[in-house]
Amino acid sequence: MSPAMSPAMSQPTGERSFPLPSQIAAVPGAEGWEAMYPYFTRFQPEDDQRFWFYNSMHFPEVVPAFDGITSEIPYTAIGANTARLFVFPTTMGIEYRILNGRVYITANPVLDEAEQAQRLAHFQERAGYYYANWDRLYEGWQQRIEALIAEIEAVEVPQLGELDDIEVVTGSRGYATNHLVRENYHRCIDLYSKMWHHHTEFLMLGYGAYVVFFGFCKQSFPEIGDQTVARMVAGIDVTMYRPDDELKKLAALAVELDLADLFVEGNEATKVLSALGERGDAGARWLAALEEAKDPWFNVSVGDGFYHHHLSWADDLTVPFAALPRYVEQIRAGEDLTRPTERLAAERDRIADEYRALLGSDDEKGAFDQMLGLCRQVFPYIESHKFYCEHWFTTRFFQKIRAFGRLLADRGVLAEADDVFHLRHVEVEDALADVMLAWASGGTELGARHWQPIVAERKRIVQALAAWTPPPALGPVPEALNDPAVQMLWGVTDETVQTWLGGDELEENVVRGYAASPGVVEGTARVLGGVNEIGQIREGEILVCPVTAPSWGPVFGKIAAAVSDIGGTMSHAAIVAREYGMPAVVGTGQATARIKTGDRVRVDGDRGIVTILG
Amino acid sequence: MGALMTMTQAVLPFADVGRRDVARVGGKGASLGELLRAGIRVPDGFVVSTAAFRKAVENLTVRGEPIAELTAALDPDAPEALAAETARIRAAVESAPLPSPVVLAISAHYERLCVEAGQGDLPVAVRSSATSEDSAEASFAGLQDTYLWVSGGGSVAEHVRRCWASLYSVESVTYRRRRGIPESDLAMAVVVQQMVGARSSGVMFTRSPLTGDRSVVAIDASWGLGSAVVSGDVTPDSFVVSKVTGEIVRRAVSTKTRWHQPDPGGHGVVESDVPAQLRDVPALGDEEIAELVAIGRRVEAHYGCPQDIEWAVSRTAPPGENVFLLQSRPETAWAEKDAARTTPAATPAARAFDHVFTALGKRPSES
Repeated sequence: MSPAMSPAMSQPTGERSFPLPSQIAAVPGAEGWEAMYPYFTRFQPEDDQRFWFYNSMHFPEVVPAFDGITSEIPYTAIGANTARLFVFPTTMGIEYRILNGRVYITANPVLDEAEQAQRLAHFQERAGYYYANWDRLYEGWQQRIEALIAEIEAVEVPQLGELDDIEVVTGSRGYATNHLVRENYHRCIDLYSKMWHHHTEFLMLGYGAYVVFFGFCKQSFPEIGDQTVARMVAGIDVTMYRPDDELKKLAALAVELDLADLFVEGNEATKVLSALGERGDAGARWLAALEEAKDPWFNVSVGDGFYHHHLSWADDLTVPFAALPRYVEQIRAGEDLTRPTERLAAERDRIADEYRALLGSDDEKGAFDQMLGLCRQVFPYIESHKFYCEHWFTTRFFQKIRAFGRLLADRGVLAEADDVFHLRHVEVEDALADVMLAWASGGTELGARHWQPIVAERKRIVQALAAWTPPPALGPVPEALNDPAVQMLWGVTDETVQTWLGGDELEENVVRGYAASPGVVEGTARVLGGVNEIGQIREGEILVCPVTAPSWGPVFGKIAAAVSDIGGTMSHAAIVAREYGMPAVVGTGQATARIKTGDRVRVDGDRGIVTILG
Repeated sequence: MGALMTMTQAVLPFADVGRRDVARVGGKGASLGELLRAGIRVPDGFVVSTAAFRKAVENLTVRGEPIAELTAALDPDAPEALAAETARIRAAVESAPLPSPVVLAISAHYERLCVEAGQGDLPVAVRSSATSEDSAEASFAGLQDTYLWVSGGGSVAEHVRRCWASLYSVESVTYRRRRGIPESDLAMAVVVQQMVGARSSGVMFTRSPLTGDRSVVAIDASWGLGSAVVSGDVTPDSFVVSKVTGEIVRRAVSTKTRWHQPDPGGHGVVESDVPAQLRDVPALGDEEIAELVAIGRRVEAHYGCPQDIEWAVSRTAPPGENVFLLQSRPETAWAEKDAARTTPAATPAARAFDHVFTALGKRPSES
């Protein structure tokens, strides 16, 4: 029996409900968690009337106080673009609330038909302008985002010496360096905000094109898999694959330069690097190649760009160096690791041609060509923006904030640099003002007494909240969940909601998610908490992980199947698994909690089911 | 020479018939010949043609009256009289000796099958093959009998007569009388086909019977002979496979409690419980599914329209040579819906992105 047939389903729509926000019990040990987030993120009594769902895709973990910025700012940008800038006819923006450290969201629909019609006229003019000039505007976007990355990289965290530099005087700059503490901190926040506006500038238009093609395919071919539609539009030469490709090149170079003996499993990055330094010319050549590959391709986050602790490869070489031994081994065994781009492109076109040929009329074929053509035009943006926004820019952004944390630690306000992430971004400004004042007055910062107990308290709270299992949704279920943005981005449809509702009919050995890549395979599970653990995985195991990002790429050559807590059919794990032709189930919400390393599991990528066999 | 001519017309091997021969060999016979011509593996056999039927039955009488006239005079609203009279007619058809050229031809072709299969008394299926393809007639054809696991030349001839006689069953005659189908046009071909000792069998549609989706093949499969699936004696496994990617889009493995198997005594079919260790095992392996899909696509391409297919996987033939089609006919239900559809799902727009405006202009539930 499918979960959609569960008893909850038979109740009339409207009577079905998830727990109300006001009914959620407090988490022991997490009292006072609300202070970690701004007042406007708190559930209000009237919010009980609305339907909210947990954005587990972007916020799978408890959000630390500073990281609250990764919901606040994206939602100011995404909503502005859909509601006010491009004027999507049927949707305004997304409202969010934070409950026990988790982000819940709801979309604001436009229901009035007259208003929809008015908005449609604006949408046609505005979105039409972007679609009609897509390639030119996208080129401009590329330049703007790279300029923005250069700007964030250039932001300096001021050094407050005993005396200000003489140049400040001789250049008659007119302001002392403590002024720059606030200005440069603000610049980081402002640039982050601007990045998110750029991020969502093209995103919803791109998804719009995809949703339309997807809808047409589903109508014409009701049985078509989501991933098959995705395969027809997927790009071949995608930025996202570059970091992994660079690693393969470095592995090949290591073999060519006779350095392969240094790349063995378990050998730490620092040891390999110092050993390379003793290998003369060959070692130097390899290190030079590494430096070249790093900029920009190691600016890839080990996560998805929403948490401060997701560092980049460049910041932490553990991940790329854990992947290198296997690539070296494969290359020595004579394997060709380059992606077969021509074959992939030919296969993509064959699939599209065959579906096209199955359509009933020339009219439909003509419409299919147009929709697919538009998708392929917008897809380079959809596929590439993450590298620039969530990875490159965001890892630089968090490193700058970390540097401000270092300043606060150096001045005794915080115990250590990373404690800055337990302050809200407006609180960091207070702490910095404390430093600016103390430096100016010759007095002492008062922050240690104020902030350090707060940081300690919040660390405890975050830990307590981590034990809480967030309900997938809150509040009454709406008549129809038909917001294309919600469907596209989060994969939340009427069907998903019904599955969630059926969740209390617990199937002990079954974990359900999205069927992301077809095939059925049985094997031994390896549960990894993060990408820095990828060295543990053994050939032929089934990867079970919270979320995969591009930095997980190297692991796919080794595993038999992939299962993730988070992600939809367009997620990284899904795309890469399809390319490797291995089964994948993503967006299970609970695989890492329910499955243990060593469990024998069956991954059914056709149906989105993982069965724990024992 | 004359006898030989008659023989050729009376009995035709599958290899000699094709889709143009429906009038002579019926729909089933023509389809099997056509499949063979298309290079599809079907169990070999032959057709006892409508000419043989006419030769054997046309001049039969009951109480001195031609049976066609007797049957035409029956009243469907007088069921008791009709039952009594049809019983007499059927007995006459079943007991009338076959014309010797027909007997000779049946024996000769049956012997050929035995020789080619390397097995004396080869078991065969004997089944009626109606001469009309339209759907009402097709269901009429469904009223005729099918005999499985028949062996021996004499027994085959006897079952051919039984098939013919089935045209005079209460149901068939009532059906014809109610619809005013003239007895003068009545004819039936009989297909004689080598039995496949099926490990698994079932049906296959080259489009989704549920949604009409032409991009998938839907397969129902169960253990043993196909009669268990067709009769609804078992809930079969169900597989939906994409024609384009070859991926199994949906896979529902059911608990298959019953199976039909050939009677070890050599006659007919035995129904029994599936052994416990087999019940929840898929009746088809993924490679067999892929092979069936490939065959289904070839048949569909050959006929130019989606097909409704019966198939079997042999228990004895080696992998790669063990998948057989038993029958294929055009899918009709969705074809009729397609024909009735007047507006396309979408038409080309002035600009590609106009599709976005059309689709996102309204909330989907209101469109």
